[in-house]
Amino acid sequence: MLDIGVQLRDLRFWLLALLPVCLLTCVLGLLFWAELGDAIRGEDYPPLEELIFQKVELSPEGFSATVFNDGPNPVTIAQLQIDDAYWSFAADPVGAVSHLGQATLTIPYPWVHGETHVLRLVTSTGATFDHEVAVAVSTPKADARFLGIFTLIGLYVGVIPVAIGLLWLPFVKQVGRKGLDFLLALTVGLLLFLLVDAVHDGFEAASRAPGSYQGIALFLFVALAAFVGLEVVGDRLRRSRLTAGMVEGSGWVLALLVATGIGLHNFGEGLAIGAAFALGEVSLGMVLIVGFALHNTTEGLAIVAPLANEKVRLGQLVQLGVLGGAPTIVGAWIGGLLYSPIWSVVCLAAGTGAIAQVVLQLGRQVVGGAPFARQMTSRPVAAGLLAGVVVMYVTGLVVG
Amino acid sequence: MKNKGHPKIRPLSRRAWLHLAGVSSLSGPVVLDGQDVKVRSHQGLKVEPDRLGSAMGVVGKVSTEFFDPTCFLRSWNFSDLPPTERARFYRETPRANGTLLREYEFFAVDRDVEIAPGVFFPAWTYNGQVPGPTIRATAGDQMRIRFVNQGSHPHTIHFHGWHPPGMDGSLSGHQVMPGDSFLYEFEAEPFGLHLYHCHASPLKRHIHKGLYGVFIVDPPNESARVPADELVLVLNGFDTNFDAENEVYAANTVASFYMEEPIRVRVGQLVRMYVVNMTEFDLINSLHLHGMFFDVLRTGTGLSASESTDTIMLCQGERAILETTFRYQGDFMFHAHQSEFAELGWMGMFRAEERPGA
Repeated sequence: MLDIGVQLRDLRFWLLALLPVCLLTCVLGLLFWAELGDAIRGEDYPPLEELIFQKVELSPEGFSATVFNDGPNPVTIAQLQIDDAYWSFAADPVGAVSHLGQATLTIPYPWVHGETHVLRLVTSTGATFDHEVAVAVSTPKADARFLGIFTLIGLYVGVIPVAIGLLWLPFVKQVGRKGLDFLLALTVGLLLFLLVDAVHDGFEAASRAPGSYQGIALFLFVALAAFVGLEVVGDRLRRSRLTAGMVEGSGWVLALLVATGIGLHNFGEGLAIGAAFALGEVSLGMVLIVGFALHNTTEGLAIVAPLANEKVRLGQLVQLGVLGGAPTIVGAWIGGLLYSPIWSVVCLAAGTGAIAQVVLQLGRQVVGGAPFARQMTSRPVAAGLLAGVVVMYVTGLVVG
Repeated sequence: MKNKGHPKIRPLSRRAWLHLAGVSSLSGPVVLDGQDVKVRSHQGLKVEPDRLGSAMGVVGKVSTEFFDPTCFLRSWNFSDLPPTERARFYRETPRANGTLLREYEFFAVDRDVEIAPGVFFPAWTYNGQVPGPTIRATAGDQMRIRFVNQGSHPHTIHFHGWHPPGMDGSLSGHQVMPGDSFLYEFEAEPFGLHLYHCHASPLKRHIHKGLYGVFIVDPPNESARVPADELVLVLNGFDTNFDAENEVYAANTVASFYMEEPIRVRVGQLVRMYVVNMTEFDLINSLHLHGMFFDVLRTGTGLSASESTDTIMLCQGERAILETTFRYQGDFMFHAHQSEFAELGWMGMFRAEERPGA
């Protein structure tokens, strides 16, 4: 009797959970069945068409474009123009592109090196969707040479500048309390600037991503997730060190976290460079390389600043450098090979969250136990913050 | 001339013409080696000639079920319809003075027309086609056009030519409301090449949506033009995304149609083209014929040519009769000499043959 009673209660429990779901399903079914949309809009409502160019590759044979349907209705690409001229193409798959579906268009075309070309799709309803190849150059192919070049770019942008920055460690160890405060504050300033920059890049990428993926929300929440994730990891690391009896070493954990955060951020940078190449914007890619290389030297400083009072072995320093710099290489590979607007939003968001977390960590370090307002307005800290922001702004300005 | 005899240059195939038209300007020299056309490319372009040749132009074919541009070329007064069907739209009755009373049934109707393969334009049409049916009379004939508006907007028919103001179809009082009808009646004058179009407001939209057609008035019988192979060519464009620019240009509506289905003419026979420019948004349009010259009779109101050229320019509503005789057998391209229009569909081909269909 008791068993049956329990079972009944269980059943009731699950029924109560499922009842609203069932009702909702019925309502939705009814909406589709009754074609309520048509009732509201009236018959003969023009279809909403939205196509987005995801990737355009240039080869000696012509263009290859991946197009994504971001609208609610299927879209048939009927014709294609290049620079106001109809041109033949092959679509794969053939036929209408469904909601969230994509098609790859192969277009044999004698494009002109270094000049601008505009691709325009004409759908069956006559709607048009454009994509500009700002500077036409061959898209790098995914071969060994390509990977080699991107590795080199990653080294130049990520690893080498960060490593150079790490060489400030002996200096950092000798600057004293005020000097260290200044350096840490400088780092916070640098990273704050990077944070603003990253948010801007993220929003930009989000606006380029198909609307269906709700780019801004995706960006913000992935950034939040990365932030919280790193907080948890940092907390665990610190606790495990404490339980292991290593009282000293909070600086090492912080440096590790900073390196991780910067690494995630650099991954996003690598992605941006790779994507710039993938989208046929090599000239932009070059600007990014120089800019990132300059910026990233200061990142090395950010990593070693918390290590002022620590004993650091060379191996550890290498470890930090790899953690902070090497993700750039991976990012460049992925950006160049598998570019998609959505993944670039996700990666930029992860980098942004990481930077925010690092800023917070360093801020805590700067403040120490002192009241926040007093410490922040101390002369070395205020000067450091300001200097950090100015350095980043000026390097950005110089690089363009 | 180091070689003995004549250099072996074969007549260019149509494909070869495509190479020349679509490629030579972009990719440097075209070499004829007597066997095939090879395309030398810049920037290390390695595109097979076949592939590059087919690269220019639209993809696929339009359905000619509702509108056949080849049929449209040589049809007037509904001559494209079978006799019983034709009688519903066109009747001619002799009059005491030797001229004819010509009665037409016109209706306006909304219809999606295929202007390039797979691209459907939501047109406003006369009798379901763009351009509307060509009407043709002899100077002095009495014209009576009953117009029924089955469309969704007010429309009119505004004919170019002599007529009293009440027959002008231009003022707001002249608009024929959806479901209403009107009888246009006037004498066909002067002889020449004219046009008709809707003059309801906003004018620009009513014209670019497709409400226009050709109105030919032949000279009186005593001064009739010499017999010829006569062709109607309406230069038009379509703004498919409504940005006040045309995405498709054509002669007789369908982009690049005559590239796939060349206009067949006979070598040595006089060809008379009735060319009317109805292109909206662009200031002018033009026609250029390859490999030959033609005589121009502007507006067709005279009997002798005013110039001999291979390229004419026409503003909207301007028209000209062009006369020429094909001297050589083979394919001759014709297109707008605004390259942009040509590459957006206003490009076609004549195929001159010793005997038609040979």
